[in-house]
Amino acid sequence: MFVRGLKRKCFDGEEDIEGTLAGIKAIPSYNLQRQSLLDMSLVKLQLCHMLVEPNLCRSVLIANTVRQIQEEMTQDGTWQMINTQSTGQASLDRLVSTDILCRSSRDQAEGKHVPAYSTFSKDFESDEAQDSSETMSTASSVQAPRNLQSNVWEMENPQENKGNFQKSLDQIFETLENKSPNSVEDLFSEVDNSYYDLDTMLTGMMSNTKMGHCDSLETFSSPTNTASNSNCKSDLNDLDHIVEILVES
Amino acid sequence: DIISTVEFNYTGDLLATGDKGGRVVIFQREQETKSRPLSRGEYNVYSTFQSHEPEFDYLKSLEIEEKINKIRWLPQQNAAHFLLSTNDKTIKLWKISERDKRAEGYNLKDEDGRLREPFRVTELRVPTLKPMDLMVEASPRRTFANAHTYHINSISVNSDYATYLSADDLRINLWHLEVTNRSFNIVDIKPANMEELTEVITAAEFHPHHCNVFVYSSSKGTIRLCDMRSSALCDQHSKFFEEPEDPSSRSFFSEIISSISDVKFSHSGRYMMTRDYLSVKVWDLNMENRPVETYQVHEYLRSKLCSLYENDCIFDKFECCWNGSDSTIMTGSYNNFFRTFERETHRDITLEASRESSKPRAILKPRKVCTTGKRKKDEITVDSLDFNKKILHTAWHPMENIIAVAATNNLYLFQEKVN
Repeated sequence: MFVRGLKRKCFDGEEDIEGTLAGIKAIPSYNLQRQSLLDMSLVKLQLCHMLVEPNLCRSVLIANTVRQIQEEMTQDGTWQMINTQSTGQASLDRLVSTDILCRSSRDQAEGKHVPAYSTFSKDFESDEAQDSSETMSTASSVQAPRNLQSNVWEMENPQENKGNFQKSLDQIFETLENKSPNSVEDLFSEVDNSYYDLDTMLTGMMSNTKMGHCDSLETFSSPTNTASNSNCKSDLNDLDHIVEILVES
Repeated sequence: DIISTVEFNYTGDLLATGDKGGRVVIFQREQETKSRPLSRGEYNVYSTFQSHEPEFDYLKSLEIEEKINKIRWLPQQNAAHFLLSTNDKTIKLWKISERDKRAEGYNLKDEDGRLREPFRVTELRVPTLKPMDLMVEASPRRTFANAHTYHINSISVNSDYATYLSADDLRINLWHLEVTNRSFNIVDIKPANMEELTEVITAAEFHPHHCNVFVYSSSKGTIRLCDMRSSALCDQHSKFFEEPEDPSSRSFFSEIISSISDVKFSHSGRYMMTRDYLSVKVWDLNMENRPVETYQVHEYLRSKLCSLYENDCIFDKFECCWNGSDSTIMTGSYNNFFRTFERETHRDITLEASRESSKPRAILKPRKVCTTGKRKKDEITVDSLDFNKKILHTAWHPMENIIAVAATNNLYLFQEKVN
């Protein structure tokens, strides 16, 4: 799984020193990198193959990593609302490699609290750009037909969010356990229209693997009205592709 | 096709490989002949057969890959050879036998097999055996199916030569080679609530001499040794091997890189070796709290873990193996590099399995990865390593210094230079 079409500065290894000297501003904060790692992990959890069972070991390891980050973020109190009215394109370039995260969590680069933001995928158009309480963002490491919307957390209550988060991770494993597609109705009933939370996104994506790409649109369109045309088209193409495979087999 | 497993048989005369397309190819060692004195040591194709086919699980709407995950030979007991091969869900026992004679002169059949008219049979004769061109046949003898909900990652033949185990992500089953409709579950780590799942089984193996002992490794870097005499369900381990974590090197990737991808007992049965992402560890079975030896395979990747996580390379499962005398261990790395470590002398060497560096009969040149700023001649920098060229599967001849290295879809055989 390679990142395509993504400009980023890589701070791995020996380039570190040069990076430090060349542009102090360019060194990403620990929080930012941690957020980036979290986004990446969530995307990985969602990208399950349509026809072949996902690797359970890999899923468990990624989920554990996500839990670890989430626990640390809860302790830090950085579990906050991410409000991105800022530019979409520029943020793509600023998805940096998370070199600092590779070192001990004790050596944090800066204590400064940088408001975390996520990146936009240029394929995705949000109808809700005007809506200030919610934003959609996409981890840009995803290939075009599989545009995923990673979520935005709204900080009402860290405990509650933790519970929701845990629930969503649990739902990943449940769907790995092959729950029946009827559970989608149950998932819908849990969705709170007031904010766009992890549950919906993750469960929508997971049920994806069983039901077909196009159904994910329903998951998104019901709580919010942000199904974009470009998403619809690419998902329909996938559906054709799947039908083709099924017909051939 | 991409090779997914490599295994020598007990004598080393046969080498089996399995690939992603479900095929098994068996190579046989050439016998030494006067006319070609150098031919000893060469392996040529002996048999090829399709072991597993892709299947579709209609209930779950999921494809079952035909990729061969593991091959294990059975000890030879008669003229035929037997091996177990497995994909994600089904294990098969294959018999490979030679046929170099055929019977001629049947009473009731013609030479081409058609039945003769009864009135044409005017005399009785005894069929005679005539030599024919050697034909190697592979036939499936047993199919052990429907016992695994999750993907099978290991099979291991017991030293009693009658039973074997198969392990998937959450369970280990014990089979008898003669019985296909029943298996016993001996380890089950599936939590009652799948939401609580945090650890999976990554590999399992029987002890080479004690038929009641086996080990299994986990994604959290632990190994459990179990004794089947203590209880029918071995959820309680007899020994628990885990190295305490070094707090100074803790990162978000600590758990992922500690996940054990392979576990192998030494031939002596006294030690076992585990492979995690960056290192190989040798454990004394009598000491549970830490390994007795640790070898860094590619420590220069530690600062690249983020990128390796992004491109999924951090989840690559490398295997490891012992040589016949347990004095040396071998494992693979990236850029088609593989490494051997001599335990007594602490010498290690990095070699490359590629067409350019492996002309037949040429001696392999040691390779070096440059970890400091200054790159010497012939060294390779970490950034120029090709992470698509990974050596996950290697095997060592049980008695001689001949090694088999699988580099994606090519198989390389190297042997110690004989003067």
